[in-house]
Amino acid sequence: MTTAAAGTAQGPAAESYLHHGRGLRSWLFTVDHKRIGIMYLALIAAALFLGGVFAMVLRMNLWWHGGGLVSNDAYNKLFTLHGAVMVFLFVIPGIPAALGNFVLPLQLGAKDVAFPRVNLLSFWLYSLGSALFVAVLVVGGVDTGWTLYPPYSLEGARGLGILLALAALFVVGFSSILTGLNFIATIHTMRPPGMGWFGLPLFLWALYATGIIQIVATPVLGITAAMGFLERLFHLGLFMPEYGGDPVLFQHFFWFYSHPAVYIMILPAMGIVSEVVSVFSRKPIFGYRFIAMSSIAIAVIGFFVWGHHMFVSGQSKWASLVFSFLTMLVAVPSAIKTFNWLATMYKGAIVLKTPMIYVLSFFAIFGIGGLTGLFLGSLATDIPLHDTYFVVAHFHFVMVGSVLTAFLAGLHYWWPKMTGRMYGETTGRLSALLVLVGFNVTFIPQFFAGVAGMPRRYATYAAVFQTNNRVSTVGSFILAAGLCLAVGGLLASLARGRRAPANPWGAASLEWSAASPPSHHNFDRTPTAGDPYDFSGLRLVSEEAGYVRAAGEAP
Amino acid sequence: MSTPSGGEAARGVAPRPRFLAEHFESMGAQLDTSTMGIWLFLASEVLFFGGLFTAYGVYRANHPELFRYAQYFLDWRLGALNTLALIASSLSAAWSVRCAQLGQRKGLLAALAVTFALAGVFMGVKYLEYSHKLHHGVAWGASYRASEEILRSLPEAVRGLPVPDHMGTFFSVYYLMTGLHGIHVLVGMGLYLWLIRRARLGHFGPGYYGPVDAVALYWHLVDMIWIFLFPLFYLV
Amino acid sequence: MTDRTAPTAGPPGAGHRPHALPARVLLGTAAALFVLTAATVATSRVEMGAFNVVAALSIAGLKASLVALFFMHLRYQGRFKAVVFATSVFFAVLLVGFVVFDTTQYQPDIRAQAARTRAKR
Repeated sequence: MTTAAAGTAQGPAAESYLHHGRGLRSWLFTVDHKRIGIMYLALIAAALFLGGVFAMVLRMNLWWHGGGLVSNDAYNKLFTLHGAVMVFLFVIPGIPAALGNFVLPLQLGAKDVAFPRVNLLSFWLYSLGSALFVAVLVVGGVDTGWTLYPPYSLEGARGLGILLALAALFVVGFSSILTGLNFIATIHTMRPPGMGWFGLPLFLWALYATGIIQIVATPVLGITAAMGFLERLFHLGLFMPEYGGDPVLFQHFFWFYSHPAVYIMILPAMGIVSEVVSVFSRKPIFGYRFIAMSSIAIAVIGFFVWGHHMFVSGQSKWASLVFSFLTMLVAVPSAIKTFNWLATMYKGAIVLKTPMIYVLSFFAIFGIGGLTGLFLGSLATDIPLHDTYFVVAHFHFVMVGSVLTAFLAGLHYWWPKMTGRMYGETTGRLSALLVLVGFNVTFIPQFFAGVAGMPRRYATYAAVFQTNNRVSTVGSFILAAGLCLAVGGLLASLARGRRAPANPWGAASLEWSAASPPSHHNFDRTPTAGDPYDFSGLRLVSEEAGYVRAAGEAP
Repeated sequence: MSTPSGGEAARGVAPRPRFLAEHFESMGAQLDTSTMGIWLFLASEVLFFGGLFTAYGVYRANHPELFRYAQYFLDWRLGALNTLALIASSLSAAWSVRCAQLGQRKGLLAALAVTFALAGVFMGVKYLEYSHKLHHGVAWGASYRASEEILRSLPEAVRGLPVPDHMGTFFSVYYLMTGLHGIHVLVGMGLYLWLIRRARLGHFGPGYYGPVDAVALYWHLVDMIWIFLFPLFYLV
Repeated sequence: MTDRTAPTAGPPGAGHRPHALPARVLLGTAAALFVLTAATVATSRVEMGAFNVVAALSIAGLKASLVALFFMHLRYQGRFKAVVFATSVFFAVLLVGFVVFDTTQYQPDIRAQAARTRAKR
């Protein structure tokens, strides 16, 4: 196939990684980062589905202000599991594990990550953690909210569920730490000739910053889960007042991890946005160094603001003042990035393919999500808004609206590389539109409900909030439809999609000079890196053959 | 896969070193990356223990008299012995790296064995301490029920004093911190056994000593944590 | 815009001779650690109130630095690894420091509440 030879660092017709080794064992015991990424993708999609099913039941129960679809107790368990599964099994690991694992070595022109066996261990730990969360369901669930606050969560009456949940947190946490460790070591020591720090694609800057957070923050979650587990079993007296403990201590530990964790969620998403916006505006990214440095800034400043989740917890007023002030600071680098992305689009030649539509959605949604965070970060306005639907809407805007849209953008963007197939563009665009519309119809009414005073985590509510809730529920069905269409379209392309060229989008980072899909060892020779945002040397041969380096142009 | 072919050997290219992983270009690159990896892991361990140091700090700040009193349940001489044992084991661990780097096979084996043995001494003393306390009901949290005997055996300075509240909390922090540390020592012992086995098979030398270095770095962190635990529990 | 300087070259390949720490450095560090251990015990015998903890932690910090710089060869090897380690210590100190600060600040609220509860009975 001549297209394979043109513009790739790959010999003709090399066997793809998908066919290198057959059978279940060759997948479950693989150390190939690409296969690990695909396996993660499957489990992460399953987690999204499971968390989504919970969400739909919640939204349907909320159709009637008196509830009744499920018992109030079941409702409490459902929102707990919805939160836990989505946060720990989908949003936190999602982009780094499913997309990062696949793309990172390719963007570095490397054969694999620094520690392939540790990578496999990360995957097994994630699988074990997922199984533990499912076990929580099996033993009857937990109704504490995903934040698992003691003293309620550590009372004996919570049963086995809380022990399994804490164990799951511990295990999944280690998966995350090892992934971060692997990514930092790889980016740091395995760059190809020609790729200095400011020659890295911005997705890698994002993964690097994410790795810092994974390594520094996640161990605190681990020790907290362990302490909670032991407290429950042995009445240690660390968190439970009746044994001499302090429950606010749990909150400090929990949020010391969980606030930086939201940057584990958003930074990789922002990395994808940087890649896609540049490629689909056919214009080099504006303000590369600012975006790169902002990623690090977000990672670092993110560690100084955890107490903004605890304004009403009983922490001291000094703590509240400090955290509120610093929270304002963390918005700055995110704003810098947003302006740089928009400037990238200015006078660009916008290509409205599916990844770009998701990214445009991201700008709108992340804008709202970020701005509403300011109301919550401000001490005075947070007090009345705390634990209302305003908070729920805010974090869904940043976690779902932003991270999920970026994830879908990245998934469509790299799908040809991962599978060797082009997804159907019409289906893709339609799904993006449904997700955008459905998402906003679901969550905008929740801002209004929250400001009007509707509390979160309530199975029943005052009748005055019913209209907002019904609109929201309708939106959730549209969103669900969009997501099903997106997944369905991608899966269908595996059977029916056009074969993908190496470089369908005309991007300049190194993964696009490997075949689609890549061979087992990615590249025969380590490629020499050029500017990952210089598209001038690429020209479109045809839809089928994609983009190639024009003759005489250095890669 | 860059396995050398007959053609490569014929062209005078050196065969691929035995312990060079497929995805690395050279032993030097492999060593540099693996050292970076272990340091990143140690960073996560610092934060892992950091949570427990926080618990210590919180309870000490709010109940200082509790810590000053409960400290007398711990024998500082055993603590000091353990500290010396760990420092010596850190020396032998660093020595093992040096031996590997200089190709001193016998020295390497001896240093690894000494490290393992000293770790064993540490765990032995720990076992003595724990079993003595637990025998006398000095346990964690709500299970704390100190026997008359052990209260009578406290030093002059505190024997007659009223027992402070929250003794169980102190011992929860004590068992958690020293216990987690002890688990790390046990893991370290396992790692040293693994190194001893590989050293006997002749795997290590100036061209390849990464695992010896990595395990030693881990071991030094374990030592460092004890350096803080010893005064915090036994002395002040 | 983007920078094309080559990365710092990886360490040399098979021909590289490792930098083994001199025996006197290792032995000297161990000796210093033994001495400082004795110092820790000695200073703990002197009754200095709250300052005892400060003194003990300072000496421990010094010992840990010796282990890191010499046994763990940070002094000779790569600024970045030192940055990694220092960063982790920084954030650990941030966690401990801020939480302990906060908890001491809200103790009066807890004591007041406890007193109110007792008064009600």
